[in-house]
Amino acid sequence: MKGSEAIIKSLKDQGVDIVFGYPGGVLLPLYDVLYDSDLKHILVRHEQCAAHAADGYARASGKVGVCIGTSGPGATNLVTGIATAHMDSSPILAIAGQVGTALIGRDAFQEVDTLGLTMPITKHNFQAMQADEIPGMIKSAFYIASTGRQGPVAIDLPKDVQEQEFEYKADFQIDLPGYKPTRKGHPGQIKKASNLILKSKKPVILAGGGVILSESSYELLELSKLIKAPVTTTLMGKGSFPEDDPLSLGMLGMHGRKVANLVVDECDCLIVIGCRFSDRTTGKVDEFAPNAKIIHIDVDPAEIGKNVDIDIPIVGDAKIVLTSLIKTIGKLKEGNPGSTKEWADYISDFKINCIPRISFDDVPLKPQQVIKEIRDSIDYDAIVTTDVGQNQMWMAHYFTSKIPRTFLSSGGLGTMGFGFPAAMGAKVALPENDVVAVCGDGGFLMVCQDLATIREYDIPVVVCVLNNRYLGMVAQWQKLFYDERMSHTHLGEVPDFVKLAEAFGVRGERVEKPGEMKETLQSALKSGEPTLIDVIIDPDEILPMVPPGCGITEIVGEYKVEREVPGEIPYRTPHKEKEWE
Amino acid sequence: MDEQRSHVISALVLNKPGVLQRVAGLFTRRGFNIDNITVGTSEQENMARMTIISRGDEKVLEQIIKQLNKLIDVVKVRDLTPENTVKRELCLIKIHATSEKKRSEVIQYANIFRGRIIDVSPETLTVEITGAPDKIEALIDLLRIFGIKQIARTGPTAISRGTLD
Repeated sequence: MKGSEAIIKSLKDQGVDIVFGYPGGVLLPLYDVLYDSDLKHILVRHEQCAAHAADGYARASGKVGVCIGTSGPGATNLVTGIATAHMDSSPILAIAGQVGTALIGRDAFQEVDTLGLTMPITKHNFQAMQADEIPGMIKSAFYIASTGRQGPVAIDLPKDVQEQEFEYKADFQIDLPGYKPTRKGHPGQIKKASNLILKSKKPVILAGGGVILSESSYELLELSKLIKAPVTTTLMGKGSFPEDDPLSLGMLGMHGRKVANLVVDECDCLIVIGCRFSDRTTGKVDEFAPNAKIIHIDVDPAEIGKNVDIDIPIVGDAKIVLTSLIKTIGKLKEGNPGSTKEWADYISDFKINCIPRISFDDVPLKPQQVIKEIRDSIDYDAIVTTDVGQNQMWMAHYFTSKIPRTFLSSGGLGTMGFGFPAAMGAKVALPENDVVAVCGDGGFLMVCQDLATIREYDIPVVVCVLNNRYLGMVAQWQKLFYDERMSHTHLGEVPDFVKLAEAFGVRGERVEKPGEMKETLQSALKSGEPTLIDVIIDPDEILPMVPPGCGITEIVGEYKVEREVPGEIPYRTPHKEKEWE
Repeated sequence: MDEQRSHVISALVLNKPGVLQRVAGLFTRRGFNIDNITVGTSEQENMARMTIISRGDEKVLEQIIKQLNKLIDVVKVRDLTPENTVKRELCLIKIHATSEKKRSEVIQYANIFRGRIIDVSPETLTVEITGAPDKIEALIDLLRIFGIKQIARTGPTAISRGTLD
């Protein structure tokens, strides 16, 4: 068997039926085998989109997504997508071609040190120097990517190795003596945590992306009901808990819901699950949950105590740990109903008075109104992806998610250009679900060439471009913290997105007034055609936020609420003088 | 803030190309410092042992160990505490010495420090010495007056005492 044949066989043995890629000189042997293969290949128009599409595929389906790029520029174009997957623990396999082994190190045409480049942005990476290494390597790659704390794996594949003949043996072994992810939590720690939780009067649960990755949303809901604790999520945790539940507080952090930020500040016990305490979630670390004992459940031991000091760490898979935690608490609770009812009542009063206002009849459109109409147009199992910036934070803040793997966003790396190709990957993974990408006009332009891909392969995603002619988030910071000196954030002449879409053979629509979004989106989804909707929004809309380096209670910007009840909101003055005023 | 202390970390790693780069890259990226690193084969086939000397408080040490453990090619990591560790370094010192008197003095100093002369030329003597880093420093200081041409040090390598793992 040839190396290139072994790659395709090994991918198929791992259950892969589709890959996103872009060929090139050193990948000719691999693509020659692909030509006859029933492995489906989607030819993207830029390698970055291959990586993001594989990532979107992985996030939507829970399976490992696969992307392929050639050596040199192909590999460097994959890098942004690999780093994005790495920051958000998304399981993808990136295969990059490499110049022949005899040419490595000689600055050959399209040679780059892919192994070195991807080392810090992958969970692990490999370089195949012999064809017979390939089957074990690909099996190991899938095992590493999809177990423990999930993440991207890269394989560097020299051209001659693809061509090399070897004798394929089916009984190869994989040997990873340094890789043994912990799954079960320590029983002593679980007992300690249970006692602490039962003693607490004001418990809060913070759910991160780990809840979604470990498929433990059901356990999360059960725990929350059992101890009557409200649940807030990180950006990555959005969808892990139904946001229409009375106990849901919405997202926490810099752009989080006011109720979430204030309740975390007040709680006496914070149960954190599958979360890495990003600075965007915690704000100023010293002031994060100042009154709480913190329990941290995470599969990655290195996350314990990395950013925030932890009182009770539990290392293990969230699903397994939560199951034992619920059992232990259940046993300890017999004959002791606990005393958190008062807290739950307080939260629900608090929440009612902090619900952000989302209905506006203004023209130009307010993003809140657009998001409301998107929510009203799609089912809860529809997948939405976001780009990065204001569009992302508006979606995170105002859009109600209920189901895991339906809200996909580049959290850690904050990669502009993620939303559209990720939607493409998600739609390919789950063709039955509606998929809507919500992008900004800046981020979408970074990847707009892949409109050609969704046309070519008839991938009916709907891309909503929230068009305010600004790099909105940076502009927001300039308005708030840099004396409104709008340095290079006004995009000026943006393209006519409707015509742009049409140039690619994709349906283009424009939305300018309240009510139009719902109508246009519904007809786009009904059409079954890839569609771009250019949504003209108000460039002056600012999402209330916590200034960088401040505690999460120090929210600036007017927080417009649905129900104004002056004086009744139990909102306490922030503990510090605001430096930015 | 805890006290900044020098730590000796012993890591059993797969003896494969790129392992050193993974470890060194990790230290750079996470802002940990490496005062010294030695690598050599170990008692197990296909495995190498790295001895890393790093500075930091207890929190930093904990992160270093956890982050090292995350590397797939790292099999086992131990923090070697000073009480339970023997630490040795090898050093080669080339000294400019032509006169008979100078030469015999160098040989005498080397003997006191249980060093050996391993190379002689009409103009130079090379001393080999093994020991704890402070002993080596002491000999180097003494030999400076003769005119040191070159020093090559391995940096400390370490192992736990007795039956400790």
